[in-house]
Amino acid sequence: MWERITVILRKELIQALREPRMRVLLFLPPLIQLLIFGFAVNLDVDHTKIAWMDMDHTPLSRDLRARFEGSGRFDVVAIAASEEDVQRILDHGDAQAVVCVLPEFERDVLRGRPTEVQVLVDGTNSNTASLVSGYSSEVIATFSQSVLAGQQNVRVLTRSPNAAVNLAVPQIDARTRVWFNPDLHSRNYFVPGVIANIIMIVTLMLTALAIVREKEIGTMEQLMVTPIRPLELMLGKTLPFALVGILDVALITGVALLVFRIPLRGSVLLLFACAVLFLMTSLGAGLFLSTISQTQQQAMMANFFFTTPAFMLSGFAFPIHNMPVVVQWLTYLNPLRYFIEIVRGLFLKGVGVSALWPDMAALAVYGVTVLGLSAVRFHKTLD
Amino acid sequence: MSYRRLHAVFIKELHHITRDGLSLGMALAVPVMMLLLYGYALSLDVDRVPTLIYDQDGTEASRELVRQFQGSKYFDVRGFADGYGPIERGIDRNDILMGVVIPRNYSRNVSEGRDAAVQILLDGSDSNTASIVLGYAQTVTRDYSVDLRSSMMNKRGGEHSAPPVDARLRVWYNSSLESKNYVVPGLIAVILQIIAALLTSLTIAREWEMGTMEQLLSTPLRPTEIVLGKMMAYFLVGLMDSLVALLVGLFVFGVPLRGSVLLLAVSICVFMFGALCWGIFISATAKSQLLAYQMGLLSSFLPAFLLSGFVYAIETMPPVIQAITYIVPARYVVTIMKGIFLKGVGLSVLWGQLAFLALYAVLVFFRATRKMNQKLV
Repeated sequence: MWERITVILRKELIQALREPRMRVLLFLPPLIQLLIFGFAVNLDVDHTKIAWMDMDHTPLSRDLRARFEGSGRFDVVAIAASEEDVQRILDHGDAQAVVCVLPEFERDVLRGRPTEVQVLVDGTNSNTASLVSGYSSEVIATFSQSVLAGQQNVRVLTRSPNAAVNLAVPQIDARTRVWFNPDLHSRNYFVPGVIANIIMIVTLMLTALAIVREKEIGTMEQLMVTPIRPLELMLGKTLPFALVGILDVALITGVALLVFRIPLRGSVLLLFACAVLFLMTSLGAGLFLSTISQTQQQAMMANFFFTTPAFMLSGFAFPIHNMPVVVQWLTYLNPLRYFIEIVRGLFLKGVGVSALWPDMAALAVYGVTVLGLSAVRFHKTLD
Repeated sequence: MSYRRLHAVFIKELHHITRDGLSLGMALAVPVMMLLLYGYALSLDVDRVPTLIYDQDGTEASRELVRQFQGSKYFDVRGFADGYGPIERGIDRNDILMGVVIPRNYSRNVSEGRDAAVQILLDGSDSNTASIVLGYAQTVTRDYSVDLRSSMMNKRGGEHSAPPVDARLRVWYNSSLESKNYVVPGLIAVILQIIAALLTSLTIAREWEMGTMEQLLSTPLRPTEIVLGKMMAYFLVGLMDSLVALLVGLFVFGVPLRGSVLLLAVSICVFMFGALCWGIFISATAKSQLLAYQMGLLSSFLPAFLLSGFVYAIETMPPVIQAITYIVPARYVVTIMKGIFLKGVGLSVLWGQLAFLALYAVLVFFRATRKMNQKLV
């Protein structure tokens, strides 16, 4: 039996690696995805481009602008002089927001009259917009607070000069400590997830297409007349891709550690063990797809149908706790969700089996069920 | 080029498409599925942050601060911890995102007029969520602090004072800041790109793999006719897909369409022509379907998804990658879609993008026919 498995294994490896372009394509997409997620995909907002519209032109309005620029989060890239300028800047997307200081700003502030600073935010990208709104109100609030503190001190002083000692007014500070990813880099969050994503894409699709291809061009018949048994055929068809999957994990982990300097705080061994657990589900799903499709086109479309929801409901790019509650329940049906949690836990949080066992158990149950059922179905379709 | 031969290829390809009902059904269902998933399930908006509070102080003053967190719609206070342990475990297991610790001397500091600190412990794994949550937490404590200061000041000075400068935020184009308004128009563009690549990348590779290419070659068909004929058939499917996607976007999600429908239709057609030609080019380059599929995924799906500015803002990418995005056609169509849908701008703003798409389409069309020519001889 082992002899026959190794034969089919070798045939499969030769077939997958025979064409030079295919060899490249097995390992290039993971690397490209990794590079894009590591370098390009960035939800962090800093150096937002803003336009400045100053209708007051006083020391105080210039002070406010200095605070915006000094916050390190805003770059003033344009000066708007009129409403039309504002419209044009936002329509063309030259700046994310326009800050408008209205006339008489300084006079109102000095007289102690409440006044406003207008911030017009381009809401097209709601995520960036809410970060930008938050940052700009923070800058303005700090500015306001310092103006207020100055004013109050002056007022108390003039009222009762002797009370100057008693000026202390409490201020409550939020001291934040961010765990696991203190600099808040998107990269640290995305790159570990890519590992999970890539194994699913590579193994599921390769397995399904490799089998369907034999059906489509008719070589399946030739395989059936050889003494090979279905189980052996199945193992021979899936093991090479399991191998490719594991190699991809090693490759991506290596690049993540060396190029991106993502911390790996947990155990490497556990990472590979969990990858194997997940591979069972992924290969099983690939086998299953091969049993329901007759042509590669169908397999490809079906694959797209499986992987897209799996990807989107995994918490890879979109946090699960932001989803509606019903959809959150749905994510528990998604094996990729558990694997992504494990990978992130291992990389960022450095947790071990004690925190991860529920996810691992879920993956194991999924793996055994999916692989088992698909194997039975595969067996049947061969007969 | 003869119209009759073109028509023949078109009809042949249509037969291929309609005969394989499973693939066609899926091709039409993909946009609906993606729109529903994105529109309903996915959101980068953060609210109801699961929070655990550890109140070491346990006085009336600290409970007042706790109420500020409980009253905010951004936080979902799951309960109270009696030490750091539950907070750590909760964050490790992804049960909570944030812990608030009010130190023992909090109320004494406040009543004696000293500055008091509140500790916020945050799970930073998801940096985007974390920085939004951080902003919320700071706003809650700052607002409370300002209130407290003012009321103490007033007690002492007897005069009411409101904060002198207030930020008045006005959000344009998407005033409720809903991510669906932002995601859906761009998503339609991405869907078109995916469908175009999925549909056409296999079409010629399959003929090679099955050996039917030889039969096509023995006919008097010219390369241009093969490319155009095949493309027209898939163009029909693509048009149906765009129609489905647009209708779902407008009527199910209620995304506003502020600009011209005609401009939208023209842009979609120009973009689809280019995307389909690209698929055919790939298909003619790769002789196996697996290879064609991989190349299609790599050259259309990934850039359209990640480098088009559809979810991930281009402005925050490093300069080198920003430069690369200029050669991604999806980038231009995403800009056009968002411009037409949300900003309601017209050709005067978008002509550059449209011109690029047209140029791209023409170039790729000639590349694809050239490639076919090389393969034929």
